[in-house]
Amino acid sequence: MLKTIGDYFILIGQTFQRPPKFSIFRRQLMHEFYNLGVSSFGIVSILSVFVGAVAAILVAYNTDNPMFPEELIGFSTRQMVILEFSPTIISIILAGKLGSQIASELGTMRVTQQIDALQVMGINTANYLILPKIIACLLFMPVLIVFSIALGLIGGWAACLLTNIITPYNYILGLRSWFDPFSVYFALIKTEVFAFLISSIAGFIGYNVKGGSVEVGKASTKGVVHSSILIIIFDLILTQTLLT
Amino acid sequence: MITVKNISKSFGDKLVLDDISLSFRRGMTNLVIGESGSGKTVLMKICTGLVEPDAGEVLFNDIRFSNRSEDIRVDIRKDMGVLFQGGALFDSMNVEQNVMFPLNMFTNMSYKEKLERVNFCLNRVNLNNINKLMTNELSGGMMKRVAIARAIANSPKYLFCDEPNSGLDPVTSEIIDALILEITEEYNITTVINTHDMNSVMMIGQSINFLYKGQLWWQGNSSNILHTDNEELNNFIFSTELTKRLKNNK
Repeated sequence: MLKTIGDYFILIGQTFQRPPKFSIFRRQLMHEFYNLGVSSFGIVSILSVFVGAVAAILVAYNTDNPMFPEELIGFSTRQMVILEFSPTIISIILAGKLGSQIASELGTMRVTQQIDALQVMGINTANYLILPKIIACLLFMPVLIVFSIALGLIGGWAACLLTNIITPYNYILGLRSWFDPFSVYFALIKTEVFAFLISSIAGFIGYNVKGGSVEVGKASTKGVVHSSILIIIFDLILTQTLLT
Repeated sequence: MITVKNISKSFGDKLVLDDISLSFRRGMTNLVIGESGSGKTVLMKICTGLVEPDAGEVLFNDIRFSNRSEDIRVDIRKDMGVLFQGGALFDSMNVEQNVMFPLNMFTNMSYKEKLERVNFCLNRVNLNNINKLMTNELSGGMMKRVAIARAIANSPKYLFCDEPNSGLDPVTSEIIDALILEITEEYNITTVINTHDMNSVMMIGQSINFLYKGQLWWQGNSSNILHTDNEELNNFIFSTELTKRLKNNK
């Protein structure tokens, strides 16, 4: 366990070095933006709209009392989406998509000796292969999460419109009530931490695959499981330290 | 010239290489032969710096390569070309990008110059008009040839080939062997080839090193290998039904 943690930090040290050719790094980064970022818009969109709608309906169901103002539904939905649903749940979903993608890509490169081929050429393979993935995740995941927040809130509004639980006007009034911009900063800080965890852990596991296709499959699963568990742990730590 | 001095390597309790010393000469095809598990691949990995030896050293033109930092080794690495057993082509790139890769990384050539070099190398391995094909569209023989083109793109001084004929039919194997021999002589490269293909041994065995149970058991060339009285080597050479019959009929 301690050796694995040590190996992880050694790999991170090798990864965060100055790329020898910036033009090649830029090309790799653009490729990863598309590969890891742009291609995730679909799944993020679908999940965000529906979970935003479900959140609004659930809040309405649990506050079905004339004592509660109707705006509370919009307010609660916004807080749920910004503070927890978008940064954490979407990050766990992305850990599944991006984590398995990164681990299996690097694992396959390892078992087919593509990483050896790079290493023999004198290339810092961790820097060349993992750094663009980490940077792409760090830069693009906040974009996905802001997009997810917007769609989640739109999903809640659509639920109000379609089910008449409250009027869309009261929902929007709730969205605009008692807004603290720090909640968005909090969501973005969490996203950055989760982005780093997903890309670096999956990269570490994929990079160190030994064996054949079975091990690549196992690495892919391991990448998802480990990064998801760490996301939950860091969610607790960050919530405790930043919100209390 | 590559000099291997007293190399030993173990994995756990298993001694894979036991005090190996030999030289790979320039402008020649230097073969390392032996049964599976005899230590050929480990020796090549030590020579290319993918594995560190427990004892001994590898020298490239008298410059020590083993157990040194990557900063020091990088200059020697730039002079190396390696043909891996499966080709190890980058599957996210097409043929042209694969061959151009070392040029992108280590030269400041313009795109036009690089493209000229890529086309020259592909032409040299008898492949034309396949620049835009992805690696999964290539046959086994084509993959090996593209890998050779990539290995020679940066004009290496040292070429390492790990079982270049594995998975290929006899005709394609012979083409690959002939190509490696031609390139070695034409560019005066120090070529090291791991193989257990007896046809390759006879065709391109200018210098042959036989490994047996991790030890250097025999050295010679294709002219004297068939006349050796070394029992283990004879068992290796004449292990197949075809070679046994040829031996009995000679």
